[in-house]
Amino acid sequence: MKAAHYWHCFVGIQTREWLRFWQQRTRFASALVRPLLWLVVFAAGFRAVLGISIIPPYQTYITYETYIAPGLCGMIILFNSMQGALSMVYDRELGSMRVLLMSPLPRPFLLVTKLLAMGVVSIGQVYVFLLLALLVDVEPPLWGYLAVLPALILTSLMLGALGLLIATWIKQLENFAGVMNFVIFPMFFMSSALYPLWKMNEASPWLYWVCQFNPFTHAVEAIRFSLYLEWNPMAYGITAGVTVVLALLATAGFRPQRTKILGTQSA
Amino acid sequence: MTIEASNLSFRYGDKPVLREVSFALTSGCFHALLGPNGAGKSTLFGLLTRLLALQQGDIRLAGQSLKQQPAEAMRQIGVVFQQNALDLDLTVRQNLQYHAALHGLSRKEARSRGDRELERFELLDRANDAVRQLNGGHRRRVEIARALLHEPSLLLLDEPTVGLDVASRKALNEHVRILCEEDGLTVLWATHLIEEVRADDRVLILHQGQLLADGNGQAICDAEGTRDLAETFHALTGAG
Repeated sequence: MKAAHYWHCFVGIQTREWLRFWQQRTRFASALVRPLLWLVVFAAGFRAVLGISIIPPYQTYITYETYIAPGLCGMIILFNSMQGALSMVYDRELGSMRVLLMSPLPRPFLLVTKLLAMGVVSIGQVYVFLLLALLVDVEPPLWGYLAVLPALILTSLMLGALGLLIATWIKQLENFAGVMNFVIFPMFFMSSALYPLWKMNEASPWLYWVCQFNPFTHAVEAIRFSLYLEWNPMAYGITAGVTVVLALLATAGFRPQRTKILGTQSA
Repeated sequence: MTIEASNLSFRYGDKPVLREVSFALTSGCFHALLGPNGAGKSTLFGLLTRLLALQQGDIRLAGQSLKQQPAEAMRQIGVVFQQNALDLDLTVRQNLQYHAALHGLSRKEARSRGDRELERFELLDRANDAVRQLNGGHRRRVEIARALLHEPSLLLLDEPTVGLDVASRKALNEHVRILCEEDGLTVLWATHLIEEVRADDRVLILHQGQLLADGNGQAICDAEGTRDLAETFHALTGAG
């Protein structure tokens, strides 16, 4: 297998994901409603309750909307990745997964490419969300939109790999409601997405540490800092490290017989 | 290309699904894998396509073990799955291009090979239609055309006629037989429908995970002392 084969395969998987995205664009548009509700409604109600002091990367007092926007970017990716991973092994994507796994290229390569392709589609949604966020005066520096891209890619790969790992190995979580209650909400609420962690530390030190051990916290911080053109090596380092570990575990541990890919009999 | 399966056993948990299955497929021939539902056909296909990991025994394609040279083996195999594996909202051509890309073909190459196959399958005029607009028989033909894009030497079909009406079933079966003759393709056609099998086919009868018969259809009937394959099938499996 030559590099060109890998390249054609990579492009083919990305292309298919975009074609499907384009077919289902109304569904994706409605997926933006959730983060927008948080940004416009929740944030408006909440900012009265919560005072935010000056913390890095911000250099001045900021609105609550500005604070939670990066967290909501993370939320978009979180929901999409989990939903995407479930569809890979349980429902909509089964046919395409069968075709995917018939490729002679190595399986880890195929799976990571597939996760990246799904990630690119959610990153597209993140950018639409950030554009709409301008309407409520969330205005990161212009270069921030570009600087945040690597963090978004890492986050989507990390969460996609986590979703794949969970969907393959935890039978009890094969429906979205289960994943929502046991993965998405805990990860989202026990992170720095909605409140700065020093606030959490005041309220409950043990919860603070739970948040610190949540990789989603560091992904959100990597997004937040790079969006405001600040370098946060710890957030980046942890996100990258966890991404590599999860991607290895998810691809090496992938077993089609633990999914519905093979057909009804193996279910 | 020769395909040999030796001593294949497979179990889901405690439940054995295949027991000591061994066979060799003859290059360029049509083989019918006949078995009632639950006989282990899909599991056997899972092993041949590497969707299931081998537990016991080995499969060799042109002498190369699936365990040691999986990539090489996958290049030689074209598969049509029992369930639809097309993107219904994408066009026929887009579906073919996805598959071709997965096999490392460039877009240009994918396009020319895809059009060639579609022409052969009399579907070229539908290339830009969404798969959803095609009837069941045509969808199946697209899946076979797709399975042949990377020019495999072995075509595996797992109950490809499920859900088709009698006329489409017959047409599809004949179509694959022609491919087999024209291209020298080795075909393994799994089915539980006896009418899809001819007396002079190579027939493998699988029942409860065991290979009960393997050989020329007529020879099997003679050995069993039965009049035709339907009777043989009934006698061996209690089905049909």
